[in-house]
Amino acid sequence: MKYGAPDEGSESVLPEAFGGNSTAVALNQQFPDAIIDAKEERDGTVLYIDRAKIVPVCRFLKETAGFKRLSAITGVDWWPRTPRFEVVYLLHSYSLNVRVRLLVRLEEGQEVDSATSVWRGANWYEREVFDLFGINFRDHPNLERIMMPADWEGHPLRKDYPVHGHKYSYQDEG
Amino acid sequence: MREGYDHVASLDPEHELSVEDPSGLRFSGDGAAQARKMTLNMGPQHPSTHGVLRVVLELDGETIVSARPEIGYLHTGIEKECEVKKYQQVVTLTDRVDYLSNLNNNLCYALAVERLLGLEIPDFAQWMRVMLCELQRISSHLVWLGTHAMDIGAMTPYFYTFREREEILKIFEMFSGQRMMTSYIRPGGLALEPPRGWHKAVSRVADQLARGIEEYGNLLTTNPIWMNRTQGVGSLPVDLMIDLGITGPMLRAAGIKTDARKDCPHCGYEKFDFDVPTRTDNDVYARYEVRMEEMRQSLRIVRQALDGMPVGPWQADAPQVLLPDREKMKTQMESLIYHFKIVTEGYRVPAGSVYQVVESPRGELGYYVVSDGTAKPHRVFMRTPSFGNLQALGAMLEGILLADAVAVMASMDFVLGDTDR
Repeated sequence: MKYGAPDEGSESVLPEAFGGNSTAVALNQQFPDAIIDAKEERDGTVLYIDRAKIVPVCRFLKETAGFKRLSAITGVDWWPRTPRFEVVYLLHSYSLNVRVRLLVRLEEGQEVDSATSVWRGANWYEREVFDLFGINFRDHPNLERIMMPADWEGHPLRKDYPVHGHKYSYQDEG
Repeated sequence: MREGYDHVASLDPEHELSVEDPSGLRFSGDGAAQARKMTLNMGPQHPSTHGVLRVVLELDGETIVSARPEIGYLHTGIEKECEVKKYQQVVTLTDRVDYLSNLNNNLCYALAVERLLGLEIPDFAQWMRVMLCELQRISSHLVWLGTHAMDIGAMTPYFYTFREREEILKIFEMFSGQRMMTSYIRPGGLALEPPRGWHKAVSRVADQLARGIEEYGNLLTTNPIWMNRTQGVGSLPVDLMIDLGITGPMLRAAGIKTDARKDCPHCGYEKFDFDVPTRTDNDVYARYEVRMEEMRQSLRIVRQALDGMPVGPWQADAPQVLLPDREKMKTQMESLIYHFKIVTEGYRVPAGSVYQVVESPRGELGYYVVSDGTAKPHRVFMRTPSFGNLQALGAMLEGILLADAVAVMASMDFVLGDTDR
């Protein structure tokens, strides 16, 4: 068993050697500079996609490669490491019975294009990532808070946000 | 009151709703049609929303013009909480995410952590997990059936389904001491050794359930009122349903034969013989039929588990992860040290990430667990089926009658704990 920081834990696979992952190979042919990195994780290859190209990549995967279903979009905060955030796209293809994971690395303050133009179901997931991490999605139809109240300050799932919140009690609000 | 409560985010971006105009009548736009519309708040407290869900409806008479669900009323920050607990402590949090199918959530988390650790689970523990998860599935569907019927107006099935569900909860209490939040499936195997006499108790309950399911079918399946209220109601084009993120029995009722137990084999499900029911009608009645058939198939799995249960240990062989036997802990020094270390520091999980999928009674349940090499998870994301299904509620409620809206919401079988976490 290997321990350590995430970059040392699993092998980093160079884009040239995908190990037979046909989705990654097809993607690499279509978008040669979109895949920045690839890793072997416990459930298959994980692809790191360039932030600017994530929506064309998603559209290609949905329309051509058959990944009609978006399982979820979520975020991971690696503070104080940089790049700080990772936006994770979990895709699923019913017809091929294959799942793929795309990751986009972001610095604080950087934005990503919204995937709602590809899947309508990305709407609430991106709202949740915005609400809990503070990552902005460009061209999202209604990027508002979804879990927290509309007037909440701060983004709770960030690592520098305390577990019990900033105040001792939220009972005596307005 | 929170400041943002009265703010209804625009249903229609051109016509900003104002609080000073409670009747919802507006005299701009296209005159008569605009003047007829009424805003109705199906607020967080409502017997038919199955939890604290707020649906803001814009009505034209009895027809819903647009619907906007608002969630977040049950958000308790479970995902944040998971990041400060050790891996074994997170198990009790996972119970409470989807509080009607606790064991399925436990199973998903346990499988994810076991994949990160690289543990092999013995056959007996796997079969026991499958059996209990299928009993949990039946229990969840019993709640769905009872409340669904009650929403439509049929009061009787509720009492019958909860009578059967009581027997299942007694089984869970026998195994784990808890009726609902059992936390019985943990990374490494089961929480406790199965009690003596479990086989007889479970087979008696299985017989009772078989009779019960037949009884509910007799009450509802060919009931003209039931059929009138549920047939032809609540369809969406299948492609739109997939696009919006619906999973589970709703898709199976639309004709797509997909089930995580068959598609992503886990926990020994491939050794069991069961069918995945589908229908093509894609309405509330079809979803009812699919879930009834799912209950029968789950019962089939339970009986197979009872007949063919292997013998063996109920936990994996992993002294660094699992607490040692109590007697050994009191007599051997190494066991005492392991016990102390595991309880106080927790076990370190190798860095990496995994997305584990199981089939919850509501659809695809997935746990995305990210580990950074320490004893606490770095991130636990729960891809819950109710969140994905509820996204489609706005589209599904457009253009139908208000009375049918209740039937559609019940057929979606969402749980707000699952949605909001």
